[in-house]
Amino acid sequence: MINVGLDIGSRTIKLVVVKDHEMIHQEVVKNSFDNEQITANLLSGIPFDHLTATGYGRHLFDDMPNCSIISEIKAFALGVHNIFPHCHTILDIGGQDTKAISLDDQGRMNKFVMNDKCAAGTGRFLEIMANALNYSLSDFGKAAFLAEKAEKINNMCTVFAESEVISLLSKGADRDRVAKGIHESIVLRAVSQLQKVGLNDDIVFVGGVAYNPAVKKILAEQCGRPIFSPANPQIVGALGCVKYAEKQMRN
Amino acid sequence: MSDYREMWAGLGLDVKMHEALLAGLGAGYQQIFLSQKNRPEAMQYFDFVMSEVHGLRIQELLDAKAEGRIVVGSFCVFVPEELILAVDGISVGLCTGADFGVDLAEKILPRNTCALIKSAFGFNLSKVCPYMASSDIIVGENTCDGKKKSYEEFGKLVDNLYVMDLPQTKSMEGKALLRAEYKRLMKALEEKSGKKITMESLKKAIEIVNNKRKAVHRLALLRAADPSPLSGLDGLLINQIFFYDNPLRFTDSVNKLCDELEERIAKKAGVFPQGTPRLLVSGCPMAVPNWKLPSIIETSGAVIVGEESCVGERGTRNETCTCGESIEDLLENIVERYFNIDCAIFTPNPDRKNHIVEMAKKYKADGVVHYALQFCQPYDIESHNVEKELESEGIPVLNLVTDYSGEDVGQLSTRIEAFIERIKE
Repeated sequence: MINVGLDIGSRTIKLVVVKDHEMIHQEVVKNSFDNEQITANLLSGIPFDHLTATGYGRHLFDDMPNCSIISEIKAFALGVHNIFPHCHTILDIGGQDTKAISLDDQGRMNKFVMNDKCAAGTGRFLEIMANALNYSLSDFGKAAFLAEKAEKINNMCTVFAESEVISLLSKGADRDRVAKGIHESIVLRAVSQLQKVGLNDDIVFVGGVAYNPAVKKILAEQCGRPIFSPANPQIVGALGCVKYAEKQMRN
Repeated sequence: MSDYREMWAGLGLDVKMHEALLAGLGAGYQQIFLSQKNRPEAMQYFDFVMSEVHGLRIQELLDAKAEGRIVVGSFCVFVPEELILAVDGISVGLCTGADFGVDLAEKILPRNTCALIKSAFGFNLSKVCPYMASSDIIVGENTCDGKKKSYEEFGKLVDNLYVMDLPQTKSMEGKALLRAEYKRLMKALEEKSGKKITMESLKKAIEIVNNKRKAVHRLALLRAADPSPLSGLDGLLINQIFFYDNPLRFTDSVNKLCDELEERIAKKAGVFPQGTPRLLVSGCPMAVPNWKLPSIIETSGAVIVGEESCVGERGTRNETCTCGESIEDLLENIVERYFNIDCAIFTPNPDRKNHIVEMAKKYKADGVVHYALQFCQPYDIESHNVEKELESEGIPVLNLVTDYSGEDVGQLSTRIEAFIERIKE
């Protein structure tokens, strides 16, 4: 029995292949204007029995044989609960979404909030800011992690924040402190979403931004407690898809 | 459809702009309503009304005006249709449900004004609302701050705005204010129409409106069946048409639909399969053609079983007593009936939460979607407590804030799908 989970996000597509409850393959690729082609390439040569899709592009698989569709919120709830059975609060920061989800003791979702009208404070925001500071994405997180102090960034709008950053630099502000300020600003926004669903342990941070050491460190400081992340925080949604299919088959 | 261009031009509408509006409306209606499966046959009447909402119905209004009757346009369920019918007038709801002419509205109103208010200005400024253009009186009512302040500006755009004050508390003083305002409105309607309200005309008017409300109550109860015999979109549509159609014809058509739905229920026939997750929508009014949220909900695998809204049960709940010996007595009955409306402009407003719980139970809803228009402070602020209290009673709540634009359809779909998944767990 081969079960495939596919998370078609706004910036990347994540694939997980599970054979008889054992993960045999995982892959993360950048998406493009032609997600259909990319997913076809990803899936070629995988003789799957069932596919479950989630994410922004999940409806590509509407009405396809042996396919199911679930929301990202459900996918993350299932994926995280599988790795961290004691998790009660999930923060997912992806390419253009930030979601906070609360789970009950059985891992069922209670309440969730996500950004709607604006993608400030998401992965894409960090990408653009890294670019403005002439850092690679991974160096950007490291620089912010190591910086002792932060320059406060007031603008949440990506476009205005970019000009604020440039203006700070032109006034001689330290590049790493600016980097830290940017990370602080997105954490503050995420914490306010977490507070809306309630901060109950364990808190698990997932999505591509969970790779960023500075966001994770500042988040733990702001919440005043440990924050857990899986080894590969990006594939949790795709993993949740597989867990969903396994659960459906059991019932 | 006949050619109404001459009629529209005669009303001072911008015929080209108006055609663009109708084309959009027609395409939306086709896509949202006519694509639904298993619709009752009696919905054909309401489809016809919608197809003629700017045509035949306007012709009817103009014919009535030619006979010396007045048309009264309003924006709110606090304007009693009974008083309008008692002077042989026609009551119509005014266009406030589309993202139309927003650029023109924003020349006057701040950007952070709710979509409903902006829409009223947009329709007026782009000259596309034949109801506004046919109205002899437009009644504006002091509900929220957005509306009452914007009427100051709206009064500069039209020469027939009549502003009615409304209470903000359910107190003796509040009721006295409502009574005084209804008396003042009565006088204004009598003056405009040149007709005196009599005991008979008022009693008959109350009966007509009671019958209309009875018909929609009957319809609401039939939607408690599982499988639901009617889609929430069609249920909302009927509540929207409530404000436009001839009341007698409307009542008759709703009752005919109910007869058909009773047969469907007996055969266990529904619009969606039995066991489909059932949702109650609660919050701000949804005026025509604001079908965004119900359309997302019902294409995401749930059915809407009730509307806790002014365009819905908040607006139609309770009948008016016809008892009494005088016009004063009947007016008091009207005051009594309308004073019970649990609009969020009242503070505090505990009845509304109780009504939501009651409706959720009566219509066997699995969850409640709270819908607030962005920048609508009364409903948006109230949503916090509604959510907390409902959740504590074991009723799942999804709290949404949106407007008439299409920009958040993807995000709303994700949240609604996740909420339906939560209910199914």
